[in-house]
Amino acid sequence: MTFLTQVLNGLQLGSIYALVALGYTMVYGIILLLNFAHGDIIMVGAYISWIVMSKLGMSPVLAVILSVLGCTALGVLIDKVAYAPLREAPRLSILITAIGVSYFLENGSQLVFGADAKVVPDYTSLSTFQVGGMTFSFTAILTIAVTAISTIVLNLLVQKTKLGKAMRAVSEDMGAARLMGINVNTTISFTFAVGSALAGIGAVLYSMAYHQATPTMGIMLGTKAFVAAVLGGIGSIPGAVIGGLVVGFAEVAVSAIGLSVWQDAVVFLLLIIVLIVKPTGILGRPMTEKV
Amino acid sequence: MPSDKRRRSVLVQMETPNLIPERDLGKKPILEAHDLGIDFGGLTAVDDFNIAMGRTEISGLIGPNGAGKTTIFNLLTNVYRPTRGTILLDGYDTAGKSVIEVNKMGIARTFQNIRLFDKMTVEENVLVGLGNSMSTSLLTDVFRLPKHWRQEAEFHDRALDLLGIFDMQGLASTEAGNLPYGAQRRLEIIRALATNPKVLLLDEPAAGMNPNETDELMENIQKIRDDFQIAILLIEHDMSLVMGVCEVIGVLDYGRIIAKGTPEEIQNDPKVIEAYLGKQEAK
Amino acid sequence: MEDIDMTEGQRPTIKTGFGPGKGKGGVYRTLPMPARYAINAVLVVLFLVIGEAMIGNGVVSRYQTGVLEQIGIYIIMAVSLNIATGYLGQLPLGHAGFMSVGGYSCALFIMKNMDKFGLTLATMSKVSPASVMLFALGLLFGGVCAAICGLLIGIPALRLKGDYLAIITLGFAEIIRVVMLNIDSVLGFELTGGAKGLTGIPGYTNFLNTFIVVAIVIFFIHTMMKSRHGRAIIAIRDNEIAAESTGVNTTYYKTLAFVASAFFAGIGGGLYAGCIGVMAPAKFGFMKSVEILVMVVLGGMGSMLGSVLSATVLTILPEALRAFADYRMVVYSIVLILVMIFRPQGLLGSYDFSMSRVIERIMNRDFPWKKKREAKEEVSADAER
Repeated sequence: MTFLTQVLNGLQLGSIYALVALGYTMVYGIILLLNFAHGDIIMVGAYISWIVMSKLGMSPVLAVILSVLGCTALGVLIDKVAYAPLREAPRLSILITAIGVSYFLENGSQLVFGADAKVVPDYTSLSTFQVGGMTFSFTAILTIAVTAISTIVLNLLVQKTKLGKAMRAVSEDMGAARLMGINVNTTISFTFAVGSALAGIGAVLYSMAYHQATPTMGIMLGTKAFVAAVLGGIGSIPGAVIGGLVVGFAEVAVSAIGLSVWQDAVVFLLLIIVLIVKPTGILGRPMTEKV
Repeated sequence: MPSDKRRRSVLVQMETPNLIPERDLGKKPILEAHDLGIDFGGLTAVDDFNIAMGRTEISGLIGPNGAGKTTIFNLLTNVYRPTRGTILLDGYDTAGKSVIEVNKMGIARTFQNIRLFDKMTVEENVLVGLGNSMSTSLLTDVFRLPKHWRQEAEFHDRALDLLGIFDMQGLASTEAGNLPYGAQRRLEIIRALATNPKVLLLDEPAAGMNPNETDELMENIQKIRDDFQIAILLIEHDMSLVMGVCEVIGVLDYGRIIAKGTPEEIQNDPKVIEAYLGKQEAK
Repeated sequence: MEDIDMTEGQRPTIKTGFGPGKGKGGVYRTLPMPARYAINAVLVVLFLVIGEAMIGNGVVSRYQTGVLEQIGIYIIMAVSLNIATGYLGQLPLGHAGFMSVGGYSCALFIMKNMDKFGLTLATMSKVSPASVMLFALGLLFGGVCAAICGLLIGIPALRLKGDYLAIITLGFAEIIRVVMLNIDSVLGFELTGGAKGLTGIPGYTNFLNTFIVVAIVIFFIHTMMKSRHGRAIIAIRDNEIAAESTGVNTTYYKTLAFVASAFFAGIGGGLYAGCIGVMAPAKFGFMKSVEILVMVVLGGMGSMLGSVLSATVLTILPEALRAFADYRMVVYSIVLILVMIFRPQGLLGSYDFSMSRVIERIMNRDFPWKKKREAKEEVSADAER
């Protein structure tokens, strides 16, 4: 494998992490919740693609649409059922609830689909293409492009639109935002919807690259994406992208030198080191508690 | 009331007069702040704050909401790092010290929004404050060596003595979170006293108390000063308490001290009236 | 049952309307401290003797004895996690990691040192001075290894707020799993046995020593929490900012609680290795950590009795109901969510049982139903007036 392919691999993996990390960052930014279930939403998205294409034999386009829509709906539903009743509860309670939801999705799908991996078929027959004598993986280029576009759209959404303004206001001060006439619950639901839609896109891109759906695929993917979000500075959109790319490149680099079994350990070690050196992450801003 | 005679401090030269009670004049001030100020992202919250407190002085800090009173408490206890200025506690600079170290050096405080250890009993709350005076090692405690029992018994008595300041011994085994509001405020003061401070900072101690409780608190604040021989700085909106108990009052507006003096001086100061009621011409 | 509230005797005898009712002579009579310890010691021994007798007679089968040992192990895991979650108020998600460190190091220590103590695989599982000595040293070694890991991870993790701690400990448990899996290939000799696991561990765990270790662990956690150290830890949970301003060295006490939690988890892991006989990295994943967390949360964070009861019930249930085993995880997760929404403090909250307190109530004729009646009489007396 050439160096360029490795870079492309790193970019591809990093882009998937970045997309998932964006979802973590948005939810964390608005209600300070580490949404453990976020990774499992991706798992559900992958299963939806599998059902639509393998079981029902329908078109890949439909699979993509249903995966994204399904993830969006699931994200909003989780917020309404499990998190909304706990808005005023201590952080620990909400965090444990999030673990419960994640645990439920994993074990629920294990019960429904079985523990074995399901093979998600190709979405497209186009696998490689050549430019100037070099071969590129189509999915890699697509993944990178989709992530770049999603990030730009998300950034515009948060910075320019009225809803984005409401999101930023709620994340600054929920009470004040409510007093200013912002519908806090709608805003939070919207944040979950956007984050989960990104997870849905991530699910499709992940399935394209790895063709697998297992009940536990969300744990590692989700945890590493959270690591990426923390690395970049939680609450920051560019931070999530940078963090995602760092984690992606680190994994590819570790694999490339033949230590792929240590991949997970390296990512977490990276997290621990960054948090010791700069607890707020690369682009994070310090938070002070009011006394 | 203690002596009314006051003089300018010769120890610290400042623009605003430093009024130290005569009895404390020969000694080094317990708490000094020089040109203290803090900015929050370009916004100046407190500026040019100067204070020199006598060792047994009771002073008050008053001012409209948002004037920066609690910010000053947070600066004095190193919760916030000041942008400018220095703080000296008994002559020692507190710059760079943690909140914990500042407490150990001798500043204890209460909070405007009560911060008790809600799930612990009243006595345990006080024992946490006394914790730094206790000396048993972890193993002594875990193995329940005789020293553990001796120390627990001794500090049980000390905790009850402290609770006696506000006649709260009977509530010793009540959960702190279940106390009535006034009792919670009193327990916070006792817990602060348990850390053996030289300066006690009280953030709105009378908030939520009825007039009878406030009168009682007034007496008790003086009694605490007399018994423990410490300086007390308090923030309060209840003017009867401030005027009744404080020897020196500073008035804060927009983060600056606009007036400083005895209760009588403050009551008649046009600048203070302006800060509280707005300019007269405005009418 | 272990007594939970031993400093009660230290409490003032003056009682107001807030405390329990008055006994004879208007003074609430309390048990002296030695009596409290004696009562608990008797209870522990009684329980132990009955248990041993039933196993000896064959009333309790070999299989059931194994389940009892597992209950003991999970009690240790739950009460140790309770230090960090219930008392300190943090959420570590890598408790299984400490368990595996303790298990591997205890098992390896015992296996490598059996010769020096003149023991074999067979004699190690019999009671003899040498085997008891090696067993105790092995457990201690396992606990210390886990505690060192706890210290290493606690120092960076505890500087950060809640969620980061959760993710760092989760990551740390993963690192441990990967290390256990691959360390043999790095070192080039057999240590942990890699993916196929560490086999040939002597069956040094039995009902007797498990029960004694459980009693000792509960006693030590209790004495630690009912001392100045424990009070500082709970103060941090209740209000960290106030604790700092009260001079509590928050960093030290957080680390202490975290390390203690890891230490006892390591001891639980050591017992586990001797009970199961095989250590494999795959057993100590995230799922195991969550299982232990469910026990603590369900029982009531900060309640020793709650942890003990829920560890017992949640270990027996899947064994008793084989059909339930498939749905176990789904049910766990739903229970976890429901408990958080409807009873966030857990089923028992922070309530703890104390045998001595029950006896004191009897001594003072202070019964819950009596108080109600007295209150009623008072009301009717008022009405007559």
